[in-house]
Amino acid sequence: MLNFSDPTVVLTWLLSAVVFLPALGALILCIVPGQSDKSIKGFSLFITVVVFLLTVYMALPAGHSASVGHFAIGTAGMQNMVNHAWIPSFDIRYFLGVDGISLPLVLLTSFLSVLAMWASWPINKNIRAYCALFLLLETGMLGVFLALDFFLFYVFWEVMLLPMYFLIGIWGGPRREYAAIKFFLFTLVGSVLLLVAMLMLYFASDVSRLSEAQRIACNLVGPRGTPHTFNLLALMEMGQMQNSPFGHALLWGQSLSWWAFLLLLIGFIIKLPAVPVHTWLPDAHVEAPTPISMILAGVLLKMGGYGVIRVCYPICPDAGYHLAWLVSGLGTLSMVYGAFAAMAQKDFKRLVAYSSVSHMGYVLLGIGAWSAIAGTNYRTDYWSMAMNGALFQMIAHGISSAGMFFLVGVVYERVHHRDLDKFGGLFARMPVYAGISMIIFFAALGLPGLCGFIGEVFVTLGAWNYSKTLCVIAASVVILTAGYILWTIQRVYLGPEYKGPHPEALTPMTRREIAIAAPLVALAIILGVFPQTLFQYTKPTVESMVVQKMADWTLRTDVRHSGSEGQSR
Amino acid sequence: MNFSDLVQDVVQKDTLASLAALQPELTICATIIAILALKVLAPGWKQIAFYLTVIGLAAAIWLGLPPEGGSIDVTAATVAQPIFTGSMVADSFTMVVRLALLGFAILFTTFTQVSAAGEQDDLTEFYVLMLGALVGMCLMISANHVLIVLLGIEMASVPCYVLAGYKRRQSKGSEAALKYAVFGAGAAGIMLFGLSLLAGALGTAHLPTMATKLAALIHDGIRPDQVALLSLGGLMVTVGVAFKLSAVPFHFWAPDVFEGATAEVAAFLSVASKAAALGLLVRLCAAFSFPPASEIALADLTSVRQYLVGIVSVLAAVTCTFGNLAAYGQTNMKRLLAYSTIAHAGYMMMPVAAAIALVGTNPDGARDAVASLVVYIGIYLFMNLAAFAIVAFLRNATGSEEIAAYAGLGRRSPGLTVCMAIVMFSLVGLPPLAGFQGKWVVFLSLIDAAHVNAGLWALLAIGLLNTILSLFYYLRVVRVMVISPEPLHREAPTVPLMSMVGSYCGLLTLPVVLLFFELDRLLDWARAAASTLFY
Repeated sequence: MLNFSDPTVVLTWLLSAVVFLPALGALILCIVPGQSDKSIKGFSLFITVVVFLLTVYMALPAGHSASVGHFAIGTAGMQNMVNHAWIPSFDIRYFLGVDGISLPLVLLTSFLSVLAMWASWPINKNIRAYCALFLLLETGMLGVFLALDFFLFYVFWEVMLLPMYFLIGIWGGPRREYAAIKFFLFTLVGSVLLLVAMLMLYFASDVSRLSEAQRIACNLVGPRGTPHTFNLLALMEMGQMQNSPFGHALLWGQSLSWWAFLLLLIGFIIKLPAVPVHTWLPDAHVEAPTPISMILAGVLLKMGGYGVIRVCYPICPDAGYHLAWLVSGLGTLSMVYGAFAAMAQKDFKRLVAYSSVSHMGYVLLGIGAWSAIAGTNYRTDYWSMAMNGALFQMIAHGISSAGMFFLVGVVYERVHHRDLDKFGGLFARMPVYAGISMIIFFAALGLPGLCGFIGEVFVTLGAWNYSKTLCVIAASVVILTAGYILWTIQRVYLGPEYKGPHPEALTPMTRREIAIAAPLVALAIILGVFPQTLFQYTKPTVESMVVQKMADWTLRTDVRHSGSEGQSR
Repeated sequence: MNFSDLVQDVVQKDTLASLAALQPELTICATIIAILALKVLAPGWKQIAFYLTVIGLAAAIWLGLPPEGGSIDVTAATVAQPIFTGSMVADSFTMVVRLALLGFAILFTTFTQVSAAGEQDDLTEFYVLMLGALVGMCLMISANHVLIVLLGIEMASVPCYVLAGYKRRQSKGSEAALKYAVFGAGAAGIMLFGLSLLAGALGTAHLPTMATKLAALIHDGIRPDQVALLSLGGLMVTVGVAFKLSAVPFHFWAPDVFEGATAEVAAFLSVASKAAALGLLVRLCAAFSFPPASEIALADLTSVRQYLVGIVSVLAAVTCTFGNLAAYGQTNMKRLLAYSTIAHAGYMMMPVAAAIALVGTNPDGARDAVASLVVYIGIYLFMNLAAFAIVAFLRNATGSEEIAAYAGLGRRSPGLTVCMAIVMFSLVGLPPLAGFQGKWVVFLSLIDAAHVNAGLWALLAIGLLNTILSLFYYLRVVRVMVISPEPLHREAPTVPLMSMVGSYCGLLTLPVVLLFFELDRLLDWARAAASTLFY
């Protein structure tokens, strides 16, 4: 029977509730007939709020009391792990856990889900199906951030695919079918690459290589029918050990880990998205309904970044080391390309979509800047800084881009067009709206004191030591960003009067709309002024991952570095 | 010992014991006789055939369960038991696949009853033919002798020809039946010729002995003319099996027959017939690649195994790719499902190739490969039955089997649409649906085998690519149902989930979701099925 005095039982129920409560809600919506649209929306909102509260409970600092499930701030490594057998034949387990990298993203997901659900109020078509798919999507997203078993991770990764397809395809704009299928195709290609890489790593893995202590640390428990494992923590240990089982040559002179890294990277940057595999994003964003755009920009893009940090680098460090130029280069390319493309847009939503491409480029650059080894000036601090910056940028972009898409949606709902040239003068007609927009847009711009600034600065500083060229380019992208955002503000909010269609519809923001935007504004300011709120969660994990593990690995294996041993540290 | 003593001896020692192993088949035969007799004695009792069929099948399942009573123990492997002086074999492979077939038959029978509810058609002959084919299929999967191979195929095929044209007054059905019969007769003839060539060249018709003889022949130095004869024989047998599997290029009958026959018959053909053909394929491949209990002979057969892996994997790759590509252009749902069936036959042949490749060096791996095939069959059974069931119910409701006729269903019958979407995405192989697990275990066994035979990497790549390819036509069906605008001149039918039809679809769809999470239980059965092979 259930014994709730047993902490593992409580933990299992807590994490499972976070992941599967939305799916359960979706099932209830499907089964229970009747009900008005309003009560369906209310029920869905209630579910998202409960999930959000549960994640907040998870994020509360663990005190001295014996309360289970709180987060021990200042501790690196996984905590609150839940590990149960699922498919023993392949050692596939129901293995969940959080650390400083995943917890902020889990919170972001549950938080944005509440806001996006609330922002779904104006949707009237097939509301039951909409809410069910939305909740299913939330399960997939939370599952990806919590899964520590590669197979489980992959399953959740795929679970998001179908709801998203339908949410864009049914409730989207005029070209919704095209956008939905494009999204599906790109993501599916990424998933197949992910699957191949997962199989490669699985078959190359060998649990017997791990010491007893390592096995316990990786939560590698129970009787085993196979030497292979999907345990992400164990795969990380194996990837970072000397004579890694993934190190043998596979094809064209490159090692298995090199190929796995490349496949995983392509799979993840499709989601991120980075140039040149970003083309699905503008279409999907333009056609998706506002709340789905919020989720898409706020959470789904973060999965790409999370995947690179959680899977690519720790498991295949040598490939990350050799391909740092590729990752950083793609990041910088995305930044520049995204910024220029944003500048050229006439469609308000498309502009915001391209700004996402540009901002997510910082994440990639921050992750890729392997500055520990550049030159002879061995300083892990820089890499740690860049990595922290990348994580911060993900959260900050989650807040600012969700806010921007919501604000575009607010005005689109009133005047039913998004043509930047036909706006102007909104400040006079909707002062509250314009004020909120200013803050959110400036947060995206990277104005000091708002959340966008911290991530960009950290990434740029961290990248300096890796490549001065990339750093200079990254820094100058800020000017481009300022350019298109200020220009947008000028075209939309400033100017004497609104001359576009439906001027009579420009009513002030409703209380519901203000209530959705307000928390985003508050967070943008809090994180900008007091970034420590976030860093206290991410830092210990990043320090341990970057400074201890990866830097140790670099010290052991780096050829360029070995000549300058004396100067290090 | 005179002749009558000899007969006595055989009857007592072999036949009676063999009959005991054949209880499920005998039960079905008894059911057939009972249905026909009652049809004469009580002609007015319409439902009797249905009840008798279900009771007979349930009894057959009960008799066919493992002795421990339901649960199966992998460690205590049943030993393969030759019955009827070695012409058939009763092992756990027979047992598990037969159980799958019988279980499918029960589901199928209830499905036909649900979909025919309200119609005046008499289903007596339908059930009799179905049961007859079922006996043939059970023979196919337990065949251990050339004669039984042929007998099984014919017994399974002939009732199916009739079933295809069951709706007498429909010209398309008659055309389908005729086409099927002509193709089938041709394929069976070629197969018979191939089998006689093989039996003649090897001097035996007993399948396990054939491998031993073949190995001996190769060991002593085989003559080129013998090689030509044996390869020709092998190819001709392949034609016969490929026809039953609807493997490209012997698939031409499938779309036409599926379109012409009713959706119910198409479901039967696409699942039961295919499962039996795959069972037979495993038996035949084992017969020519694995000589029982002889290490030297096993080594001698390396070249034969390479030949077989080549044939099976090329057939698998072509079948899979062609099926998926051809499905794109279809506007008729049953034709689309026919090509989907063809593609899935390709996927299901992949583990057979893996098993043959592995059997020389790693019999455990080969058994795992066969187990993955059994898992796939088990999952495929639910997916395809559910797909055809929904097609049949929608045909009853709309009178059309065109995909375009499904427009607007998402709004009118959301429950049925969700079921259809789940089945379609499971057929693609997207998690968290059972179809993914089927592909998953198959691909894992291919990777295992690719370490022995590098050509299987290519097969794996083709399998993965096909998964992406197949997405679009399955997705199109769902897209029409939920996204396409409803035509103005008609309303889509309303099939609530809380109706007989709706809940039946729901029940059929449920395993498609649940088996994803319960893969291990399915694997236990599949491993047990494979545990007696290759010894």
